[in-house]
Amino acid sequence: MSEAVTALGGASSAGPVAQVEERALQGMVTLRGDLSELAAAVETVTGCAMPDKRRIVQAGDKAVGWMSPDELLLLVPYAETSQTVAALEEQLAGRHHLAVDVSDARASFRIEGPGAREVLARLCPADLSPAAFGPGELRRTRLAQVPAAFWMEESGTFTLVCFRSVATYAFDCLAGASAGEAVGFLP
Amino acid sequence: MLILHCPYCGIECDETELAPGGEAHLTRHGPGASDAEFEAYLFERANPKGVHFERWRHANGCGKWFLAARSTTTLEVFGTYEAQTTEPPAEIVEKIRARIPGWEARP
Amino acid sequence: MSKRLEQGGRLIDRAKPLGFVFDSNRLEGYAGDTLASALLGAGKTLVNRSYKYHRPRGIVASGAEEPNALVGLGQGARFEPDQRATTTELFDGLTAMPQNAWPSLGFDAMAVNGWMSAFMPAGFYYKTFLWPRAFWKHVYEPVIRSAAASGRPPQEPDADRYEHFHAFVDMLILGGGIAGLQAALTAGQSGARVLLLEQTPHWGGRAPVDGYEIDGKPAERWIAETLATLEAMENVTLRSRTMGAGVFDHGYALGYERVSDHMPGDGAIRHRLWKIRAKQIVTATGAIERPLSFAGNDVPGVMLASAMRDYVVNYGVAPGEKVVVVTNNDDAYRTVLALIDAGLEVPIVVDARDRNDGPLAREAMRRGVAVECGAAIMKVKGKKRVEGVMLCRANGTGGAGAPVKCDAVAMSGGWSPVVHLWSHCGGKLTWSNENAHFYPDPSRAPTGADGKPFVSTAGAASGAMGTGSVLTDAASNAAEACGAAGYAVTASAAQAVDAEEVPMKPVWVMPEQALPELRAKMFLDFQNDVKVADIQLAAKEGYESVELTKRYTTLGMANDQGKLSNINGLAILADSLNAEIPQVGTTTFRPPYQPISFGSIAGEARGATFQPLRRTPMHEWHERNGAYWEPVGHWRRPYCYPKQGESHDEAVVREVLATRNSLGLLDASTLGKLIVKGPDAGRFMDMLYTNKMSTLKPGKCRYGLMCNENGFLSDDGVAARIDAETFLCHTTSGGADRIHGWMEDWLQCEWWDWKVYVANVTEQWGQIAVVGPNARKLLEKLGGMDVSKEALPFMGWAEGELDGITARIYRISFSGELSYEIAVPAGEAMTLWSRLLTAGREWSITPYGTEALHIMRAEKGFIMIGDETDGTVIPQDLGLGWAISKKKDDYLGKRAQERSHMTSPERWKLVGLETLDGSALPDGAYAVGEGVNANGQRNTIGRVTSTYMSPTLGKGIAMGLVHHGPDRMGEVLRFVATDESVIEAKIVSPVFYDPDGEKQDV
Repeated sequence: MSEAVTALGGASSAGPVAQVEERALQGMVTLRGDLSELAAAVETVTGCAMPDKRRIVQAGDKAVGWMSPDELLLLVPYAETSQTVAALEEQLAGRHHLAVDVSDARASFRIEGPGAREVLARLCPADLSPAAFGPGELRRTRLAQVPAAFWMEESGTFTLVCFRSVATYAFDCLAGASAGEAVGFLP
Repeated sequence: MLILHCPYCGIECDETELAPGGEAHLTRHGPGASDAEFEAYLFERANPKGVHFERWRHANGCGKWFLAARSTTTLEVFGTYEAQTTEPPAEIVEKIRARIPGWEARP
Repeated sequence: MSKRLEQGGRLIDRAKPLGFVFDSNRLEGYAGDTLASALLGAGKTLVNRSYKYHRPRGIVASGAEEPNALVGLGQGARFEPDQRATTTELFDGLTAMPQNAWPSLGFDAMAVNGWMSAFMPAGFYYKTFLWPRAFWKHVYEPVIRSAAASGRPPQEPDADRYEHFHAFVDMLILGGGIAGLQAALTAGQSGARVLLLEQTPHWGGRAPVDGYEIDGKPAERWIAETLATLEAMENVTLRSRTMGAGVFDHGYALGYERVSDHMPGDGAIRHRLWKIRAKQIVTATGAIERPLSFAGNDVPGVMLASAMRDYVVNYGVAPGEKVVVVTNNDDAYRTVLALIDAGLEVPIVVDARDRNDGPLAREAMRRGVAVECGAAIMKVKGKKRVEGVMLCRANGTGGAGAPVKCDAVAMSGGWSPVVHLWSHCGGKLTWSNENAHFYPDPSRAPTGADGKPFVSTAGAASGAMGTGSVLTDAASNAAEACGAAGYAVTASAAQAVDAEEVPMKPVWVMPEQALPELRAKMFLDFQNDVKVADIQLAAKEGYESVELTKRYTTLGMANDQGKLSNINGLAILADSLNAEIPQVGTTTFRPPYQPISFGSIAGEARGATFQPLRRTPMHEWHERNGAYWEPVGHWRRPYCYPKQGESHDEAVVREVLATRNSLGLLDASTLGKLIVKGPDAGRFMDMLYTNKMSTLKPGKCRYGLMCNENGFLSDDGVAARIDAETFLCHTTSGGADRIHGWMEDWLQCEWWDWKVYVANVTEQWGQIAVVGPNARKLLEKLGGMDVSKEALPFMGWAEGELDGITARIYRISFSGELSYEIAVPAGEAMTLWSRLLTAGREWSITPYGTEALHIMRAEKGFIMIGDETDGTVIPQDLGLGWAISKKKDDYLGKRAQERSHMTSPERWKLVGLETLDGSALPDGAYAVGEGVNANGQRNTIGRVTSTYMSPTLGKGIAMGLVHHGPDRMGEVLRFVATDESVIEAKIVSPVFYDPDGEKQDV
C-alpha cells in the first residue's frame, strides 16, 4: 500500500494577484527515443498525439510534453505510472528507447491568478508575453538558480515542474515572486 | 549577454540558460595516438581574435549540446548548428566569408 | 542665501508640507520636492564637504550628475550611503546625513587640508606613501581612510525586498524627455512592442522648464497629450522612476526601477531590476550642462545655470537672491529670464564671447540686465558660500578684477550629450567643433548578434540641440530602428522650431591665461577634488593617455563617471599636450549609468533563497533530530546527530561503534543514480569506466572508476546491471549532475551513432543504507524480500516489496559491515526510514552521519573522491590497478595514463599511516625528506589525504600519498604540523579493519 507523499505536503501561498500551490502526486515518465518511432506507442498508452517541438498535448487525465528532440515527458495519474512504463515497454519492445518513472524525482506547482505570467517573468529568463507563450506551449528554462519546466493551461494556470530536492527553494522563490503587486508589463 | 539560438529546441537562449564547452571540432585521440597528437587533442586550443567555433550546452533547457560560430571581437554570431558534425557547415563558412573576405578556417 | 519663493514650482504641492531631518536639523519641504530642492528651499546652501580637501560644498546640479550633495539616507535597516539629494524624492520623515563632515558641516576639522592642497597635488597618494612599506597598514591607511570619510556601510541587514523582471520587447527607449516621447510615439505607431523608461518621476525632461512650443502648444501640454496617447497604446509600456542602467551585448539592457524609494516601508518591493531583451534600443538620454573652470567654482552657491532654472521653475526655490550668470553660450540666458521672472536680481551676465546680439541676450538687456561680453569670472569670493565675484577680461591672466556682490553664481560651459548608454556596448563618438562636445557617430554604432547596429540615439543624446531638431531626430531615428526591428513606419515628428542662438565658444579655463594660483582653485571634478592644475601637472609628468590620467588624478572616478567632469578635463589634458580633443579621446563609459543597489542585483537571491539548498526526503527528520549539517554540493547531509550534551566528536564515536557493533542507518539519498540503457550500453560503460562493465551479469554490482581524458580520477561508485541493456550507475553525491552531463557530452558529441540513452534518476529514489551485523535481522523483521546470503549475496541486488514498499536492495558496503542499500521511491522514503527506526529499536538502531561514514570507509581503506583525489591523481596512484582493465583497447583516460609522467615510478602512491603515539595526523600535513628544493624549502616526500581518530581501533589512522610508498612498508616518516611540531608515523597497509573482508560478506 503506497503512502507516497509530495515534497512539501501541498504547501501554498497567496499573493494579491497570484497564488502558488504544490500540486498533488503526479505520475511522470521520461521517454527517450527516436520520436518519429514513438508516436503510435505514445498514443496507445496515453491517448495523446505526438506533441510538436516545445508543445504539450493533453487528453483527459494524461498529457505528453516535448522535452528535447529525443525526449518526452508523459503525465499520467500517479497510481498508473508503473503500468504506463510497462505498457510502453511492451509497445516498444525491440526498439531502442528508455522509459523510466520519474514521478518521485519531481515537485510540481500550480501558479494561478491574473499575475501568474509575471510571477514566472520575475524568475525565468523566458518571454512570457501572450504572443510568445500560450496554452499548449512547454518551456524548459531556469527558475532563479534551478532548472525547471512549465506549461500553461487554457485557463491561464501554469504548472511548473522542478527537481524534488529543490522543491522548498522553488516554492520560496515562487511565493516571494507572487507576494507583490502586478508589475503591469504582462497581461 | 550572449544570446544564442538552440538548433534543437529553437529557443533564443540567453547565456544564463547555457553552459560553455570550449572549442568545437576537436578530434579525439586515444590509445595508439602519438604523444604529439594526443597532446594536441588535450591541450592545444585556438584562441583567435575573430571567428571561433565553440561548444555550448542548453543546460537550463533541452539539455542538448550545440555548436556556434562566433566572432570573439564583435560577438557577431554566424550561426549555431547541431553537434553531430565534424566540421563547420558550408553555409556558415559562406556567411563568414561574406563578412570577412578571404577568411580561412584553422587548418 | 537660497530660499523658497512665494510662488511657483510646477512640481510641488504647497498644500502638502513634509517634515524631514538633515544633519540633525528638522526642516520642511513639500510633496514633489527632491531632497535637494527642499534643502535649498530651507536655506541650506552648504550640504557637504569634499572628499579630499574637505572644502565646503553646495548643490551644483539638479539631477543624476550632482557631484556634491551625497548623503547617507535613512536609518538602521534602511540606511544607505552615497545617495544623491538631487535624485532623492522627499517623503515625510526622511532622515539624511551629509556624508563627509566631521565633526560638523559648519566646522570641519579636516578642512585644514584646504590650505594644504598646495602640498597634495595629482598623484599625491602614489607619490607620498610609497615607503616605508610597513607604514601602509598602521599609519597611512588608517589616516587616509578616516580623512576620506566617504559613505559608511549599513550595519544592519537590509529591511527591503527586491526583485528581477524579465521583459522582451522590440523597441526599448531609454529616456522620457520629449525625444524619448517622440521616439516612443513613432515606435508605438509601428506596432512594435515598446518599453519607454524614464529615470525621474516626471516626463518631458527639460522642455517644460525651458518653455518651448511643440505642435503649436506649450511643451507641457504636448507632453501630457503624448503621454495619454502612449498610455492608450496596448503595445507601449511606460515606466517612470526607472533608469536605463546599462546596455549590453546582443540587445540586452538593464532597467533600474525605484519602485518605492519615495514611500519607504510601505511593504512594496523597493527596487526592481528589469532584465530586458530588445531588438533595438534607442537612447534618448538628453544632455548634461558643463561647469566652467574659474577659481572658486566649487564654493557653495555656484550652480549649473540649467539646474538653477530647474529649482526656480520646478520647485519654486531660489538658489540665491542676487545671481551672477556666467556663460559661453546662449542657453544660460534662459536662466537669466527665469530668475527675473521669479523676481530675483541678476546684477550682471558675464559672457565669455566677444559680442552677443542674439535674441536671448537682447531680451535679457530689454529686461534691464547688464550683459558684459568678453568677460570672465576671475574668482569667487567667499568660503562657505558665495559672497561675490571678481570679474576680469576673458582673454587675460586674471589680474586686477572688478568686484560684483552676489550670493549665487549660475554657470554654463555648454552642453554634452549623455553618451553613456550608447557607449556601454561599443558605440563610438565623434567631435563637434560647433558645440564643443562628443556625440554618437551613427556610422559606428554597437552591433548585435547579426552584425548589425542595435543602438541608436534620439534628440539631444544625438547632439541635436534645438527643439525642432530634437523631435525630428527622434522620430526619424526611431522609425529607422523600428525598420531594423521589423516594423515599418513613416517618421512624422511633432512640429517645433529651433530657437535662434548665437554660436557658443569653447571656454576651458577662465580667464584664458589664468595664473597658476587661480588654476589651483579651478575644480574639474568636484567630488574628487581634481583641479585644472592637477591635470596640467599629470600631463607634465608624462601622463598622455586619458585612461591613465583619469586613474592618476581620480578625475571622473567614483560617482561622477565622467558626467560633469569629463569634457572639461579632456580639454585641459589636450591643451597641455598640445593635441586636439578628439585625439585625446574619452575614458570608457561603463555600466551602470548611475549606481544601482546591491539588493536589486541580488533580487530573490538572499536569505532562504540565496542559493538552492537540496533536501533529501528525510531532511526534516534530520533537522528535527538535531542533525549537524555538512554541505555536500548544494545538498545538506547530516554530519552527525549529537544528543543532548554530546560533542560532535562524541556523537561520531557513538555512531561508528553502534554501527560496527549492532546496527546503523544512513540517509544515502544524495548518491547519484544514472540509468544507462540501449544496445550499446555495455560498450559505452566500458568507455566510461576504467574496468570492464560489459561483462557484469544482471543482478550483480561492481565498483568502478571514471577518469577524465587527462587520466585523472574523476568519480567512483557502484554500477548495477539491471538487465541485458540497462545499467544503473551510482556516482558520488556531489558528482551526479556532472557525470550525467559527462555521459551526455560523449553520447551527443562523439559517439552519436551509439544506441544509448541516459537518464538521471538520482531524485526518484530515496536511498537508505542499513548497516551492521544486525542489518539482515532488521530487514527480515520488516519482511517481504528474501535478503539471505544465498538469495542476495554480497555485490548483488534484488527488486521486490519490502514491507509493502517497492524497493531495490543493493548488497554493497562502504563500511566493511554487512550492509544493504535500499532504494525506494522518494515519496515513500520517509515512511521506510520511520519503519526501520521503529523496527530496529531492539538492536539500538543508530542513524549516523557523513563523518561516521567517512571514518568507517577510511578504516576499510576505501578512497574518497576529493580526499584521496584532487584532480592530479590517477587510479594507479591509489593502488586501484585491479579496477583498471588491461584487456580493453580504450576507455576515457587510458591514453593519458600511458604518458611518461603518468607511468613514472616516482609518483606518490597511496599507503596507510599510523602515528607512533596513536594520535591523529593533521589533515593535509606533509612528510618532509632530506634537503631543500630550488626555492630553499624542505623537500617533501608525501602528504596526508584522509585522517581520523578511529573509534573502532582506538587510535589515529590515516591515508596518504607517499613517494615510493608501497615499497616502504614499516618505514617511519616525519610529518610537520602547522605549528611546526613533528609527528612520526609508520607506513602501513591502508586497510586497517577486516582486511579479508569477512564482515561484509556474510
